[in-house]
Amino acid sequence: MENTEIAVIGGGPAGMCAAIAAAEQGSRVTLFDRGKEYGGQLVKQTHRFFGSEKEYAGTRGINISDIFLNKVKENKLIERKKDTTVLSIYHDGVITYEDRNSYGRITAERTIIATGASEKMLPFENNDIPGVYGAGAVQTLMNQYGVVPGDKVLMIGAGNIGLIVSYQLIQAGVKVEAIIDAAPEIGGFLVHASKIRRLGVPIITSTSIKKAIGKNYVEGAVIGSLDENWKFIPGTEKELDVDTICLSVGLSPLVELLNNTKCKMKYSALLGGFVPLKDKNLETTAKGYYVAGDVSGVEEASSAMLEGTIAGLSAADSLGYGKKIENIKQEYIKGLEDLRAGPMGEKIRLGLKQLEG
Amino acid sequence: MLKKTGIPKLETIKDKFPSEARRKKGPYAVFECYQRIPCNPCSTSCKFNAVEEINDDINNIPVVNYENCTGCGLCVSACPGLACFVIDETYSDEKFTIKIPYELLPLPKKGDFVYALDREGNEVDKVEVIRVQANKSLDNTNVITIALPKKHIYSVRSIKVGEISE
Repeated sequence: MENTEIAVIGGGPAGMCAAIAAAEQGSRVTLFDRGKEYGGQLVKQTHRFFGSEKEYAGTRGINISDIFLNKVKENKLIERKKDTTVLSIYHDGVITYEDRNSYGRITAERTIIATGASEKMLPFENNDIPGVYGAGAVQTLMNQYGVVPGDKVLMIGAGNIGLIVSYQLIQAGVKVEAIIDAAPEIGGFLVHASKIRRLGVPIITSTSIKKAIGKNYVEGAVIGSLDENWKFIPGTEKELDVDTICLSVGLSPLVELLNNTKCKMKYSALLGGFVPLKDKNLETTAKGYYVAGDVSGVEEASSAMLEGTIAGLSAADSLGYGKKIENIKQEYIKGLEDLRAGPMGEKIRLGLKQLEG
Repeated sequence: MLKKTGIPKLETIKDKFPSEARRKKGPYAVFECYQRIPCNPCSTSCKFNAVEEINDDINNIPVVNYENCTGCGLCVSACPGLACFVIDETYSDEKFTIKIPYELLPLPKKGDFVYALDREGNEVDKVEVIRVQANKSLDNTNVITIALPKKHIYSVRSIKVGEISE
């Protein structure tokens, strides 16, 4: 059986930062990702990042991914296991995985789980026909494989993902007919909303989709206005001529592996679903198991990077590596607090507070 | 209104402009940033120390110090939200110029005419491109300068490139 000091499961922004931080302190790390290449959602994010310089503000996600990838490749202490799916974590600490051709087992002194999140679905009539996509799928198709999903898109959800993917669709030459959101106000950054609006895309709040039109594929959509109780107002239905319906209605943490560790979990709507309890070091109640990124509460990539670094430093520290790790770590903890300090961080602040209580 | 549609009110827009005296002096930056979000590239990109307020809290809304701002336009390409513009009202008596961040293809060329778009994307005029900055350091947030009648000063913030003959 193989052995590593720190197993990092998930090679997105959180996992890559965790692996880099831990290896830079001297620990041996094994970095797992089921994708063909590391990067997670970063490789689809063609927009410039917000945040501060430390979290690469102003740099495009795709380029941030390359920066991390180079660090991962250069560090000899990081063993790369790409195209490898972690299957489960057993009670005795054995981690099993499948790397396309074979089944493997590895033990780790510490494990950092950074598996991210998956997209939520929205119930509406006819939502199972081709042409109904998740926003993540649209990004993968367009930005990774160069395929546009259709010609005329209805975007459901005016959070940051809905707004950014709409912008990317416009950049790819696709017409976005409208962005609708059930909430009374735009959830994403208003600067994103304004830049899309001035390219001619209407943003309609307090509005949701009633049904998709079409038998074999999407040929239209019916939308309607919502009252203050989020119920459809009769007579407000409107038919849109679209061939693609893109859903951007939130994410849920991918916590299956956490359930294997028997760490304490709690439901938090604000954080996207069931999430683990964790301490300041991002260690769960299952000793030696750490979390970072969306798996412990849906947020965004800048905070995932910071959490990854904090988890990586904590795990290395607990193994006795490095000097003055505590000081370095405090800087990142402060950075994370700063990032969450504004109104856009309110949801995550409240969610984390509920977990403590 | 802004929170429901993405379009700020006229008074909100006007609030971001410098004094009349400063406007007559030459190019200046306008930051159409109305929401506390964790972001600071406008401040870190500025070589003239003309962006205030962000230092203590990254969520603060940036404020331009118009004594220091030279209208150089570095912030136009640096802002991840495409919310920074540089306006020059001294271009001529009838027209002003505005530097607009542009991330679409094809790029217009200097001397081309393009559609000027208002905040809803309506084509409100056909205007001349007087400069195209598209060097590598801009990292594909290119900067297009257009000259247009002064009546559009609070409304036009985007362009549409198409076949136009003037």
